[in-house]
Amino acid sequence: MGRVEEFIDVAVIGAGHAGCEAALAAARLGMKTVMFTVSVDSIALMPCNPNIGGSSKGHLVREIDALGGEMGKNIDKTFIQSKMLNKSKGPAVHSLRAQADKSDYSRSMRQVLEQTENLIIKQMEVTELLVSEGILTGVKTYSGAVYHCKAAVLCTGTYLKARCIYGDISSYTGPNGLQAANYLTDSLKKNGVELYRFKTGTPARISRKSVDFSKMEEQKGDETIVPFSFTTEPASVQKEQISCWLTYTNEKTHEIIRQNLDRSPLYSGMIEGTGPRYCPSIEDKVVKFADKNRHQVFIEPEGIHTDEMYIGGMSSSLPEDVQIDMYRSVKGLEHAEIVRNAYAIEYDCIDARQLKLSLEFKNIQGLFSAGQFNGSSGYEEAAAQGLIAGINAVQKIKGKLPLILDRSEAYIGVLIDDLVTKENREPYRMMTSRAEYRLLLRQDNADIRLTEKGYEVGLIDNNRYEKLLQKKEAIKKEIERVRKVHIGAGKEIQEYLKVCGSTELKSSVTLAELIRRPELNYEMLSDLDPERPDLPCDIGEQVNIYIKYEGYLQRQLNQVKQFQKLEQKKIPENMNYDEVPSLRIEARQKLKQYQPASIGQASRIAGVSPADISVLLIYLEKNLHL
Amino acid sequence: MKGDTIAAISTAAGGSGIGIIRVSGSEAISVVDRVYRSKKNRKRIADQDSHTVHYGYIYDGDDPVDEVLVVLMRAPRSFTAEDTVEINCHGGVYAMKKVLDAVIKHGARPAEPGEFTKRAFLNGRLDLSQAEAVMDIIQSENEYALQSSLSQLKGSVFQKIKRLREDILYEIAFIESALDDPENISLDGYPEGLAEKTGNMLKELKDLIVSADNGRLIKEGVQTVILGKPNAGKSSLMNALIGEERAIVTNIAGTTRDTLEETIHFEGITLKLIDTAGIRQSEDMVEKIGVERAKEKAANADLILYVVDSSTQPDENDREILNYLSDKKAVILLNKSDLVQETTEEKIQDFIGKEYPIISISVKENKGIDLLEKKIKEMFYTGNISFNHEIYITNARQKASLIRAEESLKKVQESISFGMPEDFFTIDLMSACEALGEITGETASEDLINEIFGKFCMGK
Repeated sequence: MGRVEEFIDVAVIGAGHAGCEAALAAARLGMKTVMFTVSVDSIALMPCNPNIGGSSKGHLVREIDALGGEMGKNIDKTFIQSKMLNKSKGPAVHSLRAQADKSDYSRSMRQVLEQTENLIIKQMEVTELLVSEGILTGVKTYSGAVYHCKAAVLCTGTYLKARCIYGDISSYTGPNGLQAANYLTDSLKKNGVELYRFKTGTPARISRKSVDFSKMEEQKGDETIVPFSFTTEPASVQKEQISCWLTYTNEKTHEIIRQNLDRSPLYSGMIEGTGPRYCPSIEDKVVKFADKNRHQVFIEPEGIHTDEMYIGGMSSSLPEDVQIDMYRSVKGLEHAEIVRNAYAIEYDCIDARQLKLSLEFKNIQGLFSAGQFNGSSGYEEAAAQGLIAGINAVQKIKGKLPLILDRSEAYIGVLIDDLVTKENREPYRMMTSRAEYRLLLRQDNADIRLTEKGYEVGLIDNNRYEKLLQKKEAIKKEIERVRKVHIGAGKEIQEYLKVCGSTELKSSVTLAELIRRPELNYEMLSDLDPERPDLPCDIGEQVNIYIKYEGYLQRQLNQVKQFQKLEQKKIPENMNYDEVPSLRIEARQKLKQYQPASIGQASRIAGVSPADISVLLIYLEKNLHL
Repeated sequence: MKGDTIAAISTAAGGSGIGIIRVSGSEAISVVDRVYRSKKNRKRIADQDSHTVHYGYIYDGDDPVDEVLVVLMRAPRSFTAEDTVEINCHGGVYAMKKVLDAVIKHGARPAEPGEFTKRAFLNGRLDLSQAEAVMDIIQSENEYALQSSLSQLKGSVFQKIKRLREDILYEIAFIESALDDPENISLDGYPEGLAEKTGNMLKELKDLIVSADNGRLIKEGVQTVILGKPNAGKSSLMNALIGEERAIVTNIAGTTRDTLEETIHFEGITLKLIDTAGIRQSEDMVEKIGVERAKEKAANADLILYVVDSSTQPDENDREILNYLSDKKAVILLNKSDLVQETTEEKIQDFIGKEYPIISISVKENKGIDLLEKKIKEMFYTGNISFNHEIYITNARQKASLIRAEESLKKVQESISFGMPEDFFTIDLMSACEALGEITGETASEDLINEIFGKFCMGK
């Protein structure tokens, strides 16, 4: 027939943020990897907001970096503004967010991919999965080419049977008018994969020269920029930044929206997919929060080399004429020229409960999936899953245990556990409130938590690992020292405390006790601490946090111990729940359907009660003795 | 989990003259030593040999609670294979509850459903072949506990706890929204407001804990429902039973528009008497609702007193009442024995077609009431009627949850006064929320996400 037939190790389907991390991880771990995309020009595309990071998402980027992923390094190279959010709050919720130059981000990532050994980029739509007896054997493209592979990672994002809609206009395309992937869904269904239909949306982009910035509040970046990647030298990212701008909707805007609701596809029933509540369209905000007379609107540059501005906070699927009226009713946007219309997009994704914690399909060996295809939303959530799926595809091929992070180890662990364990009725976004142990899962200690795991897998080199060990040792030593340093109640010291707004000492205390005072910290007390060694500031930061919040941290560590007891009680993969007596019917059905990996995971499945868990524990205990 | 000390009433309340409180776990002996005093107050259970019995008193602080016999069984020679102490006290529910309260106050925690059996199994005390039975016990006791914890909680108390929990959840959601979208939602000045709110919540919790101590959280006693046709003499019977010589403990007026509830004590038995609307076919809406209520009460009854007007013939309304009796314990009262008897004992027996104790009474002339009391006493002490004995352990669990919520809210206040960042408040607010959720049967995680998105407009 003259068809192409090739033999590779890993096929990655999709080149968005999940696909990039998956392909890089697989190739870097020595696998012959092919990354398929419908458009090579759209690699690492940011089709919605122009930021990386933000509350809890910043944590994810740090974790990706700590494990040896690329996102952090790439945004450090291509950001145009950077901000640490929640700086006045506790360290657990400090979150880094950067504005990206979108096209730079995309180009820079493409370069990294192109320069990676073992990695081939192919512009071709994958239309079929080749599965034999529950094992993935290859993928087939639209051109009929067959790529035999040992594992594949599905990262189709919002492209599967995608449909873009505004007003009564709809087109069967992916984001930005790109070609949708229309065939793979059928192949998935044929292989017993269950699909959902989700929806999301994006606001319009407007021309910078049509905006009146004098009517808006300027939003500058931080004076001192903190890089995302633990490997980026902080000095290298201190640069000139581009501002964002804040303005507000008003009653007139809301009136325009209300009058045209009947023309919104969301309200007319034209859109059937489920949208995210955390990223509501402006129509939704006006309807659901009718008592608010204004909403924030952020005008954010899409890059340095473009005139386009993103209208953050006003995503919409209203008709074109209404969009123009609506945007122009906002202060400063009176003469706004729309470059790209706002639109809603619908796409196929899966119920991720069909996946194991390794992100491998329970019923198709060797097939992994990541990103929006798994029902998540956001670049960072996608990249995090892509990295884990890529790593685990390789672990599988090498016959090694998968890398599974639990809820007490990483936000990535919370993300994946939530996706594969809980029912998910809308695109899933990470939030710090989803992490039970967030005091421990800080963005500042992601390397301490995870880099060793990245090293074990093979994505972190010796040099970086050695540096980590040294850092850990230095922190430990300094904590011990700080606990032993005594500060006397001398005159000079009392004076100094007064200046810092702290109360006088009654008797001598340790330095650690002073650090615990809310108005003081490790850094401020350096003058009272002549013996202090010269340490980089990231070590000082760790010491400060550890000493200052020790009581709280200890409490969470104790909770983690309880939590891990149940996580470590593994349930055999071939567990026959019909043989377990006394399980309630609902629990038995759920357990059979979702096959949890551990007692801990089982306890998080809706419909499984604590009594069912007791019963399971006893059953496992009994079988252990037989 | 292993090693902590649990306690529960291990005999059915009302079934016997003696009640046993079982305490098991590594701290069992020291917990009991904190509440036990021998006659001369010199003996410590910790110094005694295993499998010995000791006479003395249980004290809660300086207040004697009950006169008891204490049985010591050291690990592994006990049911659970852990150190176990069994306190034999007087079988009255009050004595048992007070002894249980005392050991819980001094370091034990209320046992989970089936927990003694589970421990016995996990400690290798039970045979593998018994595993299935153990699993059954856990499931069935759990079902029972779930049922009783909700059904025994007074409606008003349930609503109060539910609302408190919702208020706490709202605060968490607010803080979390602000942390998630700090450019949109500000926490300036918030800690002061929260300090005041938690202060008010703490007051409410305090009241609830006091109520728990007095047993006012739960519906107590044998649920005794008086059923009958209109004018059969139900209300007169109720009044006769309440009588002057008996103390009225509570008087819940207007519980429903049409049923009246009174609690009476006699001979160590507590009856919750529930008078219902007369049952008859009716088109009147109000009366229909009354009949519905009576039906519900009957379904939850431990004992039904079926009052028959013996001066009339049984009719289709009596036929309806027979349905309500179904498999319940009941006493048939042939009232109006002072009038001409249209319905005799034989006749009603034939009509019912099932064996029930039948007593002829005349409420008007105060005849036969003593026989009824005697009958109830007999049924109670032979274990023929009993009430949900889980309720005291349920009450103890609920109280423990309330105390945990209280402690957590106090920690929130500490964090506020210590000037901690706002995200630290949610740690203890969440614990408080979870503790209250254990009572109301609600779990927090999804609720929180829904609350955040439902109440606060966020997201770009």
